[in-house]
Amino acid sequence: MAAANLSYRAVFSLVLKRDLTIAMRHKDDIINPLLFFVIVITLFPLGIGPEAQTLSRIAPGIIWVAALLSTLLSLDRLFKSDYEDGSLEQMLLSPQPIFVLVLAKIVAHWLITGLPLILIAPLLAILLHLNEQSYSALMLTLLLGTPVLSLLGAIGVALTVGIKKGGVLLSLLVLPLYIPVLIFATSAIDTAALGLPYSGQLAIIAALFFGSLTLAPFAVSAALKVSTN
Amino acid sequence: MSEHQTNTSNTSLLSAISLTCIREDRLLFDQLNIKINAGDIVQVEGPNGSGKTSLLRILAGLSQPYEGDIYFKNKLINHSNEEFHQALLYLGHLPGVKGEMNAQENLAFNLNLHGLHCDDTSIKQTLAKVNLTGFEDSLAAHLSAGQHRRISLARLYQSTARIWILDEPFTAIDKQGVYDLEQLFKAHINQGGCIVLTTHQDLLTFEPSSIKKITLDYIVE
Repeated sequence: MAAANLSYRAVFSLVLKRDLTIAMRHKDDIINPLLFFVIVITLFPLGIGPEAQTLSRIAPGIIWVAALLSTLLSLDRLFKSDYEDGSLEQMLLSPQPIFVLVLAKIVAHWLITGLPLILIAPLLAILLHLNEQSYSALMLTLLLGTPVLSLLGAIGVALTVGIKKGGVLLSLLVLPLYIPVLIFATSAIDTAALGLPYSGQLAIIAALFFGSLTLAPFAVSAALKVSTN
Repeated sequence: MSEHQTNTSNTSLLSAISLTCIREDRLLFDQLNIKINAGDIVQVEGPNGSGKTSLLRILAGLSQPYEGDIYFKNKLINHSNEEFHQALLYLGHLPGVKGEMNAQENLAFNLNLHGLHCDDTSIKQTLAKVNLTGFEDSLAAHLSAGQHRRISLARLYQSTARIWILDEPFTAIDKQGVYDLEQLFKAHINQGGCIVLTTHQDLLTFEPSSIKKITLDYIVE
């Protein structure tokens, strides 16, 4: 039996399928970050008070900060369990290009944690009296922005995966990198609330997305090689 | 590099030139030269902490040596990564088995990742060879450590790789399992493969003279 060379697409779908299978059998990976997101957002009206005007003013910031934190919470699972049981080593030693494996794992992470956030965000926006004109901006920024969170976060996880208690270090590394996404996303939603065009902010988030999509997998591959050294 | 090529014969599958490894400010081995040809079985010996695992990880390209180079068929391994990885099977301390997947899925994923396509029946047959009949559908999380190791060792039966690097392959394996593995090792060597392994047990069915040994010792500075 000769070893056939797999196409990039075959490798990608192989790893994606594996990670999604694992997530479906280990449901707290999907549910916990989502519950965290919901609970953090519900805490704000309780703490600040129910005035619609105040809430709608701070709603974009709350939703986005909660999205950042919930992504951060789920990042650890991205490589940690594979590192601990040795499957990460096996992937690095496979004849397949590492950036494809890494990209598949990041896409799986986004499907497991980013996508549910996007789906539930409109409901939570109602809770915060988000301005009606801002909904499309909220959805578009989340759609373009949450993949960036997964991609940039993966670099941080890859660098800290070998460290026993890397959780705090991970937040210190990754949160500053999230600042541009946060600034432009909330600014887009605020602009939309005023009825002004927000395509400029959206274009910058899209640029961040494509930049990190093309470059992050290579950075992650290099970081994983260092971490397993 | 060119000088090196003229010095080594073409049959050398894996060779290491003046390897030095330092971990946590401790010198594990110094200026180690290794040459592994097709048909060799190499046993790395030494007390715990003498650097056996470090040496195997360096040979597999997982760790970088402090000094020295590894050559696969006279090419630096970093320069022929894909070809080297096609020819390499490394099994480390950790079995690389996911608890959320069953034995069959674990084996199938690992084989597929190495470009080996296997249908369900051949996967089941391979699992039967490592005594896991009846456990194909159980989630690995419900299996024992020895069974995890068997799932990862099952890859050896399907492997097309010529270089096997095995770190303590007999850990948690029963007597019959060890015997079967040794038979498999013999077959692999006769087919022109090579094996580098660490084990605290003696390889019983091998002629002692047919085993090359690398002995690592504590270096007291």
